[in-house]
Amino acid sequence: MTATTAGHDAVHDGHDHGHEHAPPRGLWRWLSTTNHKDIGTMYLVLSLTMFFIGGAMALVIRAELFRPGLQLVEPMFFNQMTTMHALVMIFGAVMPAFVGLANWLIPMMVGAPDMALPRMNNWSFWIMPFAFALLLSTLFMDGGGPAGGWTLYPPLSLQTGAAFPFVILSIHMMGVSSVMGAINIIATILNLRAPGMTLMRMPLFVWTWLITAYLLIAVMPVLAGAVTMLLTDKYFGTSFFNAAGGGDPVMFQHIFWFFGHPEVYIMILPAFGIVSQIIPTFARKPLFGYASMVYATASIAFLSFIVWGHHMFTVGMPLAGELFFMYATMLIAVPTGVKVFNWISTMWRGSMTFETPMLFAIAFVVLFTIGGFSGLMLAIAPADFQYQDTYFVVAHFHYVLVPGAVFSIMAAAYYWLPKWTGHMYDEKLGRLHFWCSAIGVNILFFPQHFLGLAGMPRRIPDYALQFAEFNMISSIGAFIFGFSQLIFLWVVIKCVRGGEPAPAKPWEGAHGLEWTVPSPAPHHTFQTPPQITEAEAHS
Amino acid sequence: MSAFRPCGLAATGVLGLWSAAVHADFQLNMTPGVTAVSHRIYELHMLIFWICVAIGIVVFGVMFWSVYHHRKSRGAVAAQFHESTTIEIAWTIVPVLILVGMAIPATKTLVQMEDTSNADLTIKVTGYQWKWRYDYLGEDIGFYSSLKTDARQIHGETDKGEHYLLEVDRPLVVPVGRKVRILTTASDVIHAWWVPALGWKRDAIPGFVNESWAKIDQPGTYRGQCAELCGKDHGFMPIVVVAMNQPDYDKWLADTKAAAASERNSADRVWGKAELMAKGAEVYRSCAACHQASGEGIAGMFPPLIHGKPFSGPEALLEPLRTRGFLSADGKITVGPLDKHAEIVLKGIPGTPMAGYAGQLSDVEVAAVLTYIRNSWGNDFGDAVQPSMIKTLR
Repeated sequence: MTATTAGHDAVHDGHDHGHEHAPPRGLWRWLSTTNHKDIGTMYLVLSLTMFFIGGAMALVIRAELFRPGLQLVEPMFFNQMTTMHALVMIFGAVMPAFVGLANWLIPMMVGAPDMALPRMNNWSFWIMPFAFALLLSTLFMDGGGPAGGWTLYPPLSLQTGAAFPFVILSIHMMGVSSVMGAINIIATILNLRAPGMTLMRMPLFVWTWLITAYLLIAVMPVLAGAVTMLLTDKYFGTSFFNAAGGGDPVMFQHIFWFFGHPEVYIMILPAFGIVSQIIPTFARKPLFGYASMVYATASIAFLSFIVWGHHMFTVGMPLAGELFFMYATMLIAVPTGVKVFNWISTMWRGSMTFETPMLFAIAFVVLFTIGGFSGLMLAIAPADFQYQDTYFVVAHFHYVLVPGAVFSIMAAAYYWLPKWTGHMYDEKLGRLHFWCSAIGVNILFFPQHFLGLAGMPRRIPDYALQFAEFNMISSIGAFIFGFSQLIFLWVVIKCVRGGEPAPAKPWEGAHGLEWTVPSPAPHHTFQTPPQITEAEAHS
Repeated sequence: MSAFRPCGLAATGVLGLWSAAVHADFQLNMTPGVTAVSHRIYELHMLIFWICVAIGIVVFGVMFWSVYHHRKSRGAVAAQFHESTTIEIAWTIVPVLILVGMAIPATKTLVQMEDTSNADLTIKVTGYQWKWRYDYLGEDIGFYSSLKTDARQIHGETDKGEHYLLEVDRPLVVPVGRKVRILTTASDVIHAWWVPALGWKRDAIPGFVNESWAKIDQPGTYRGQCAELCGKDHGFMPIVVVAMNQPDYDKWLADTKAAAASERNSADRVWGKAELMAKGAEVYRSCAACHQASGEGIAGMFPPLIHGKPFSGPEALLEPLRTRGFLSADGKITVGPLDKHAEIVLKGIPGTPMAGYAGQLSDVEVAAVLTYIRNSWGNDFGDAVQPSMIKTLR
């Protein structure tokens, strides 16, 4: 919680402009705030906290897997760590980080004074700390926390002990928070754009979030339904997922992945938006194909609803089902390719500089694409019968989520920190953080491709001797990557507390309304809406 | 961005050091396997892999060329071109064509894999927490197959053997050159039966039966593991398939049938305590997954089996123990009456992880394991439980 205090002081220091009505001081300010910048900050602090908690769990996993044999933890606790690591990172680190960025940036990017529904905004944030307190507390309950994987497949998840209803309740709370946040974002974008800010003039970060918000509204209730059915199966005698009672355990997987696949894009579309803001800035050149980027995002979102079966190729689907899901999944490569080609064409014949945000953005393009390639391989159903549930899958989704989603969040933090704090971050430390992270993440996840292909299943606490070497390398990478994130923490704290004052537009090539307000951004911005012309629209 | 290079260099350096110092095999790639299907899957995997590598070289090549040449520090001035519908259409259509090229061989392989007709023999594979059962349909034989690796190896008290965690007490035996249809199902939670050399894995789902097939080219021992998280010992339920030439297989089948028949007959005689204890120790190995080899269980989850040990946990777990006479009012485990004890082993305790073993253990095995539990770790309840008694309790 020290980070909260630091952030709190800094925001105070940041806007002693005297010409605004000052917010209340102390804890009450943060509990009662309806200001999109305050709420954005709180989301980001929560996300960073969860990132370290989830990261510590990952290090427990990698420490146990450093050598064959059981050394540090019991298998049951190991399973709790893999389950909780996923839940904390997905719902606690990545999603709140994007919501925090949306809160800070969307009103400023569309020229709105605040989010459309500020009181609901406060509520959607304050549900989250309670949801996570509840989720994390299950680790201390009788029988331990959930250990059946974050996918909660029955019948295994129904063997969870006293923790089960608490886990379900915390997932409901996260879902409620996400849906409220999504409604707020849609309402803000559709209703509060400044005059002249037509939809096709919106920055891509706003576009990707608009589409993400619709995905959230479409699928979070589906997850809520699925976990509620688990709850009634366990406590109220229903048999939705119990074959002995006429149900079907595979039905849960269909419902779960109908949520789960769009969820994957919920965690990557805003990342596409961030990278589409950063690359044009540091290439000093407009985004190559703005309209096609928007259409590609919408296509990916549409496709995300019809590919869920590729998570389930081995459950014994009919041939026609396997073929449908294989073809549909392969199609996703097309709009994703369009995005990558557009980023590279934007860099082509630009005038590039490589400040920390750009470094993270370029690493994103390369490493996310590697994750995309392995995704294409996984889409090939016959080969998936070998890949499914191995470390190849673990490597794949970590490539798209860590140097994908997480790197984009890091890039965003460095890019907009001067706007948030009014200070430049320490560029040397930022680059150090980048290089440690980029090297660490590859040592961590690249050998996992080899492990999976050689036959190592995922979610096992101990393994056969032929997997020993790559596991050891992977664990070394994990510790390099994990501890490098302390550099990030230090850079953020240092930047919040002081540093070279940032001008309104610290990046030479930046475009967009957020750079027209002073740094740090005043507590209230665009109380009089700006007028947007074609020339000032997206870069 | 020459600075990307240290990353590659560091990785190569680390790899180099390791391969010099360690005997290991560093398997990098998927096995081509030992069936026609696994060969086709391997070729498909390599085809897609090389296509991805080629695309990667072009795309990253263009990007890094640009990163190197179009940098401000080299005096590059930004062009301002953007938007080109022609280019956007081109880089939509070209990937579609490449994907069609991938989809054609993938579809052919998939159709071949899904054809389970005209099998020479059928084996039903059932997943249990945490072992497998193999039933040879029509041959009237079936047996369990569980991890053989010594717990001391897992806990680092002795050296790990060559097939650490990939060895079982009774492997699945199949003939080579015959189409074996494999039906997978499960009794408790979802498992997945996977032997990489056969080219596929299939989920084993309680209440449902999945079909796959394999026709193995060459005799040998092929090892695999459960691939779907199935609880505490998910990492400890390996699969071993031994493929034999037809004559060897026929001999194995005859021997196994004879052994099963004599096992069935042995239930009718009176057993001595020493032989019950010996057999019980063997049977208890599958109980040890939860109750531990020491009989001490795991706090809060799996009760100890030792008289007088304290145990606490969720009330849903304690209450059935109390009503059956296995937990005293002050929270200590008691070894209750024999008939209740047998009932727990045979029928399990509904609503808890304790499953019923009536379908899995023979009368001899139940009698032996009860004798073992009631006379080990300081328990001293003297009884040599007879198989005939278990028969009446079923």
